[in-house]
This record gives sequence, structure tokens and C-alpha cells, in this order.
Amino acid sequence: MKYTIFAAAAMALLVAGCDTVPGGNSGLAPAGAGDPSNPDSVAYFQQTVGDRVLFQVDQSTLTTVAMATLDQQAAWLLQRPEINVLIEGHADEQGTREYNLALGSRRAAAVRDYLVSKGLTDGRVRTITYGKERPLEVCSTEDCWAKNRRAVTVVEGGVGS
Amino acid sequence: MKRVLLALFLISFALPSFAQTRIEVTEGVIEPLPIAIPAFVAETPNAAGLAEEIRTIVAADLVGSGLLREIPREAHISQISGFEAPIQFQDWRVINATALVTASVSLSTDNQMVVKFRLFDVASQQALGKGLQFVAPQGTWRRIAHKVADSIYTRLTGEGPYFDSRIVFISEEGPKNARKKRLAIMDYDGANIRYLTGADDIVIAPRFSPNAKEVIYTSYETGQPSIFVMDVDSGSKRQLTTLPDMLFSPRFAPDGRTVVLSQSRGGNTDLFRLDPFTGDSNQLTVSAAIDTAPSFSPDGSQIVFESDRSGGQQIYIMPSTGGEAERISFGDGRYGTPVWSPRGDKIAFTKILGGEFYIGVMDIDGTNERLLTRSFLDEGPTWSPNGRVLMFFRETAGANGAPNLYSVDITGLNLRKVSTPFFASDPAWSGVLQ
Repeated sequence: MKYTIFAAAAMALLVAGCDTVPGGNSGLAPAGAGDPSNPDSVAYFQQTVGDRVLFQVDQSTLTTVAMATLDQQAAWLLQRPEINVLIEGHADEQGTREYNLALGSRRAAAVRDYLVSKGLTDGRVRTITYGKERPLEVCSTEDCWAKNRRAVTVVEGGVGS
Repeated sequence: MKRVLLALFLISFALPSFAQTRIEVTEGVIEPLPIAIPAFVAETPNAAGLAEEIRTIVAADLVGSGLLREIPREAHISQISGFEAPIQFQDWRVINATALVTASVSLSTDNQMVVKFRLFDVASQQALGKGLQFVAPQGTWRRIAHKVADSIYTRLTGEGPYFDSRIVFISEEGPKNARKKRLAIMDYDGANIRYLTGADDIVIAPRFSPNAKEVIYTSYETGQPSIFVMDVDSGSKRQLTTLPDMLFSPRFAPDGRTVVLSQSRGGNTDLFRLDPFTGDSNQLTVSAAIDTAPSFSPDGSQIVFESDRSGGQQIYIMPSTGGEAERISFGDGRYGTPVWSPRGDKIAFTKILGGEFYIGVMDIDGTNERLLTRSFLDEGPTWSPNGRVLMFFRETAGANGAPNLYSVDITGLNLRKVSTPFFASDPAWSGVLQ
């Protein structure tokens, strides 16, 4: 995978709010707490930094868009070393249940590995798979499936809420 | 723990049969055999209602198999007035009954039930097999009805029994993006449903232990996917292992002394073999691919599983102690959830192709693939104890989409919805109960 920090950062500015789903909640974690204009809030992390990345069908490879989002996550998290995160890996409904658990695990690990490569210590990042158990969107078209093929970085506490 | 004792006596005066009333079960079109099941004789006055309830279940089992057709009772010319009364075979022949069931039910004051039945070949006027008598507590009447139906079915088809069996599955309620899931168990026909867990935690893909007294399944109650074993009667459960990894797809070996499961670590999912008593484990697959959804061969010597090691989801077979795996699926699309048939000769699977899901079967060498069902999402077949029927779940599309259980004959005929109080998925069939 080739990229540069500069290109990724530029991409992030261009696509923030397009690839990410602002203000959403993962379907599991509570919606972001705090004032979204406060950079220390969970809401800010979810909405402005971008708490999720999306994947292609049956893939766990990070897209350049995804890497840009994760660069922002890493930067935010590196400034807040007291915060741990849980990466939830999810799949769309177009796969068998147990395979999708394994696929969600792969996606979560891809995000974890990337964040660790950016300097987060391994112990700060836990992963979990939900497979197709917790779709965010409920329609059965590619519009919804694309949003369900996601890995969500859930802030596990320590921030101003 | 309630133990059901089924006392079984042969009625001594019945003759062995050489009659020819038998369905030839082959692939293709099945012409259901017409069978007459007149009212069961109540030998004690208090057994009248029970006799009719048992008769109804026996008929429902036999007709539900798709291999038999009940001649409506309105068409019957004669009645069975007594279990020992002479049978007017001519009356049954003219309404085209090939087989005739006669039965009686009595109930003692201490709620012991006696159910007797005989099966006749109408054309030859001979009994098919010996008459049988079941003595059991009244509370077991449904199981006795299934036992009677199993005996009739087995004699007429030459297939093994399957009606006296159970299904463990996941009961589902609530909106699609916040589904509540409960572990549930019921008779194969949907009766006697019981919920084994609450709806607080996601539960997934249960399987029976070989004696059907325990269920092994994945639960999120620890905060991550973990394996639990539950005693079906007492409801007591224990976590199988506290390995720190994500664990799922647990299956008992046929001897119950080993569990094979998927362990996901660092994004890689491999199959492991675990001693359920000591917790000792050893790794069966070492690929960087997803290896999951294992199923033992009936003799326990091999495991069929799915892997994407070739780039997409496909089916492989390896020795149950690990070692080299051989790919057996080569058709278009993706193949998952392989399940070895109790007869040992077939693998049932889920196939994904062109945006649709199929349930199919193939021989264990991958040949003779046949697709039995197709829909937006058909998944997770499980075999009836006799290897004749597959149950699976079918999920409908869209915002209100939800799963239900279905069964289908391995010919692809006789697709039937299995009635459950709520939505249902992940069925697993027990063996015939002991």
C-alpha cells in the first residue's frame, strides 16, 4: 500500500463528511457525548475527526479515503494518550453469518494495525467483530450495504463528556 | 432433570410382513403414497381427546414428510370400532388407500398412557411389520405420537426416523438494526418451544451435543464472542474457555469429547480443536485465510469447513486432527456453511451467486452438486437425523426483512415454512431422541 502522509492528509480535507457518516452512532456505542464544537468531546471525534471507515465488498483492505480518516483518528488519539479505543468490525448482510464474523474481525484488525503503525500503543486499541449482527442501515440495496461494511472506532472513556 | 422412559413392547401375535407397500425414494418427482389414518380408538373414556390429538400429530408428521398423502376422513367408508375388530379391507381399497393405520389409546388413573398401533398393506391385507405398543406418561404424548409416526414412516419408506427430534435455533425480535436474539429449543415441528437465554446479548449458531442434552453456542455476554455450553434441561451454562480471542462456530465431535471452533486473532481466523473438559487446545489450520464453519464427518475422522484461502469462500475437507485440506467446491460463486450428512455421503451448503443465496447438496468429493432452494438470503442448512430433510433459514430483503425457518426434502421438493412465534434463524437439528 503506497501513500504519503501529505497526500492522505489532503485527501482527508477533501472527503471528510463524505466517506464518514457524521453524527451517526455505530449501532452499539451511545451517540457521541459532549459539545461537538469541543475538540475534546466524543461528539467531536465522531463527527469532525470521523469515527468510521468503509470497505469494499468482501474486502478488508483500507482505501485511501479510509487511511485519511484513520490518520485523523491517530492524530487525535496521539494527543490524548489517556484514551483507549475499541474497533468494531462489521459486514453487510450479503454473506453467511460465521464468515462475516471472521470478515469483521479482519476489518477491525486492519484499522487497529493502521492506528498502531501511526504510533498508538497496541494496548490502547481493542478489537471486536459484529459480523452482520448490527447493521447500521436496514435497506437491502448497495446504498445501505456500503454503509454497513464498516469499522467504527469507539472511544472507551477518559474524554470530556 | 426429567427422564422420559419409553417402554416398548412387541405385540406378540402380529405377523411379519412380506407385503410390497413401500415407497421407492429416489430423486425426482415423488408421488405421495395415499394412507388412511382413521380415528384412534379410545379404550378408556378419558382417552378420547388424547387419542384424537395423537392421531393429528401422527398424520401431520407423515403428510409433512412429503412422501405420504392422507385420505380425508370424510371419504372413509368404514370406521375402526375396536383395535382388535376385523378390518374391512375392501372399504379401504375402494377409496384407494394403499396403507392403513389402526391405533388405540388408553389412559390409566395414574396418567399412564398406552398407545398401540398397527400398519396394514391394504392390497395384500397384511400387517406391515409388527404391532407396537408404547407405555409412557401422558405428558409425553407428543413424543409418543412422533415415535408412532417414525415407525410408520420407516416401514413405508425404508428411510430412518426423524420426527422424534428437536431443533435448537435463534429466536429473533425487534428492528433489523437492533435485533434481540434468544437461544431457543423446540420439537422439530415447532411445538414445545422454550427460550434458553434472555435477549440481552447476541447469541449465534447453536449446535447440539451428540446426545442432545447440551447446546454449544456463541454469546457476546462477556463483551466479545465467546463459547458457552448449556445443559438443555437445567439451563445451567458454563463458558468453555477463557482464551482471550474472539471465538465462534463451535461444534462437538460425534463422540462429544472434542470441540472444534474458530479462533480469530489479529484479524486471522483459524480452526482449533479443544478438549471441553481440560480446555487444552491445538491448532488445526494455519493459513492466513478465514477458516471457519466446521462440521465433522459422522465417524469423526474428517472435518469439512469453509476457507477463503483460494481467494474466495470455498469448501474444504481435512483430517479432524488437522493436516492437508482438499478443496471440494469448484462451481461459480462462493460456498459456505458446509454440513456433513448423518449418512456420510453428502455435504449440504450455502451458495452465494449473482446476489442470491442457495441451499444445495454435493457429494463429499464435490461432484453431483444440486441446488435445492434460492432466495434473497437462504443460509445455514442442517440435516434431519435420517439425512432426508434439510432445515435452513430464509431472510427477506429490505428494512422489514427478517428470517424464518424452512425445511426442504433433499430432492428440492416439499419446501415448508416451520412455524415459530417470532422470527428465527440458525437452526440445528438433533439426532433422534433416546
